Amino acid sequence: MTTGVIEGLPPDPILERREMVQRVARKTLDRRILVSKGMIGLCGIALLVGLVPLFAILYSLVAKGVHWWSLDFFTKTPQFPSLLDPNQIGGISNAIVGSLVIDGIAALFAIPIGIVAGLFLAESTSKFASLLRTTAEIMTGLPSILLGIFAYQMIVIGFDQWGIKLPGIGFSGIAGSFAIGILMIPIIMKASETALRGVPNTIREAGLALGARRGVVARRVIIPTAAPGLITAVLLAFSRAVGETAPILWVIGASTVVAWNPKKEMASMPLQIFQSATSPYVSLREEAWGIALLLVVVVLIVNLGSRLFAAWLQRERR
Amino acid sequence: MTERSTMVTVSAEVAGQEGDPRSGQISMRCDDVAVKFNGRTAIRDVNFDIPKNKVTALIGPSGSGKTTLLRAMNRLHDLTKGAVVSGSIRLGDTDIYKGGIPATLLRTRVGMVFQRPNPFPTMSIYDNVVSGLRFNGIRNRAVLQEAAESALIAAALWDSVSNRMKAHASTLSGGEQQRLCIARALAVEPEVLLMDEPTSSLDPISMRLIEELLDELKSRVTIIIVTHNMQQAARVSDLCAFFLMGNDRAGEQIEVAPTKKLFSEPDDPRTLDYIQGRFG
Ligand SMILES: Nc1ncnc2c1ncn2[C@@H]1O[C@H](COP(=O)(O)OP(=O)(O)O)[C@@H](O)[C@H]1O
Ligand SMILES: [Mg+2]
Repeated sequence: MTTGVIEGLPPDPILERREMVQRVARKTLDRRILVSKGMIGLCGIALLVGLVPLFAILYSLVAKGVHWWSLDFFTKTPQFPSLLDPNQIGGISNAIVGSLVIDGIAALFAIPIGIVAGLFLAESTSKFASLLRTTAEIMTGLPSILLGIFAYQMIVIGFDQWGIKLPGIGFSGIAGSFAIGILMIPIIMKASETALRGVPNTIREAGLALGARRGVVARRVIIPTAAPGLITAVLLAFSRAVGETAPILWVIGASTVVAWNPKKEMASMPLQIFQSATSPYVSLREEAWGIALLLVVVVLIVNLGSRLFAAWLQRERR
Repeated sequence: MTERSTMVTVSAEVAGQEGDPRSGQISMRCDDVAVKFNGRTAIRDVNFDIPKNKVTALIGPSGSGKTTLLRAMNRLHDLTKGAVVSGSIRLGDTDIYKGGIPATLLRTRVGMVFQRPNPFPTMSIYDNVVSGLRFNGIRNRAVLQEAAESALIAAALWDSVSNRMKAHASTLSGGEQQRLCIARALAVEPEVLLMDEPTSSLDPISMRLIEELLDELKSRVTIIIVTHNMQQAARVSDLCAFFLMGNDRAGEQIEVAPTKKLFSEPDDPRTLDYIQGRFG
């Protein structure tokens, strides 16, 4: 059959294929490297396109805003500029305090509600859970001014005109907190659902297998394990809420004095930007840059802080 | 250990047999057990007794329903939508599905160790070991301390962790983590310990360590271990149950016998085929 010489052997398809793969791979290597570099370049350009506007905004905010930051800016209340000194416009301490109180109260009720609802979404497979999830998705997509209208009806004017004995409490910080809180809840809910779902099922089952009830597993195992994600969820929702203007536009009234009582009218930073920027006085309009810068700095700090804290917490566990 | 008064005595047929692990007391008993997921049978025809203070191995190819059966024994399927357990599984005299015992209480009596080490990642070594006690409302620090030490010693982990109980569980090696999980399960002093391929994700040395442990743990707790490693089953178990998929891919009990007998002269030719490696 065979003569024993190498030429007489049938061609080996495996060896041939191996050689072909090597040959083609070598031949196309240069082209593939080129394509890869080109793609990386395109990614770089896309990154620049994204970053340029961001830094342009930051730059103009700092350039036009930072010189308004003075002791007066942080400690005084607004006043109209006098003819003698048009830059004598006081400060925005009322807006800083207002934002602090309004957003603080909003966070106080939105965080627990949001996390508990997120836990429910993560742990339940019921119809109600999917209904709730859809509702939350719709709510995050709603124009935020609708929340303002809602808060106006629920808190500011109440239901007296419908013959229901639920009087409104008028323009007030609490009405703003209500609107901001409602805005935060679905954001926290969705983000904490994601964080809680990230907890491996084996950890959950370890708890159950020790005889723990589901609530105990949730409280003692799942929530602590998801803590870094939950903190990020909460702070992202918070930094989103801090800058919202529309929901509070006509529910917190207007206050030019420092007011700590949330049942009274209040000021807030986003609203103050709006009011300053639309005022007839040049110096007030310019000051809006300073307030905007402050708002951005707060949001940046909250954002960065949440990320750093979550990363630190993650590292602590290694 | 105190003897439970609720033990079922075994049938005369096997009781007389020399060296049969079933000649002693029975810890758990399966009668006609089947588990279905959304109407599809994962395992059926399970009928055997689990002898007290022995190691019972469940062997069989992947998909033959070993894990499914094991998880039926501590009602871990309760939260799985579409899972239905039929027949009766008894712990002592209590039918664990119909006997009115709450699943949480059952699970303190029937502990479990999983295929992959799953210590609680946010907890220290100590907190992991005592977590089961804490989950069930035990707060007394002396009690916790004592239970932790006893469980860690039993899991052969005490010597290497006693001076770093506050360290995170994730600082331990895979084998140590699995022994921590064993200690965690032991700390609530279960009567039965279910182990689902507890060494399959570990290196051979860690595997041997855990195998050696089982022999000592027997006096403390009845062990039911799933393994697809037949040498392991032969090494560690007293009784062996063999499962195989039927024509409809549903797992079935093929043969239950003392390990020595099952590996030397099984009754069913399919068992022989399997232990001789004639199934894929
Ligand atoms: N939660 C579940 N839902 C649906 N089917 C499942 C579930 N768990 C296991 N099964 C099915 O049950 C059968 C047996 O699986 P399993 O018990 O894991 O086998 P083994 O542990 O012997 O490898 C498989 O066909 C598997 O797909
Ligand atoms: Mg399995």
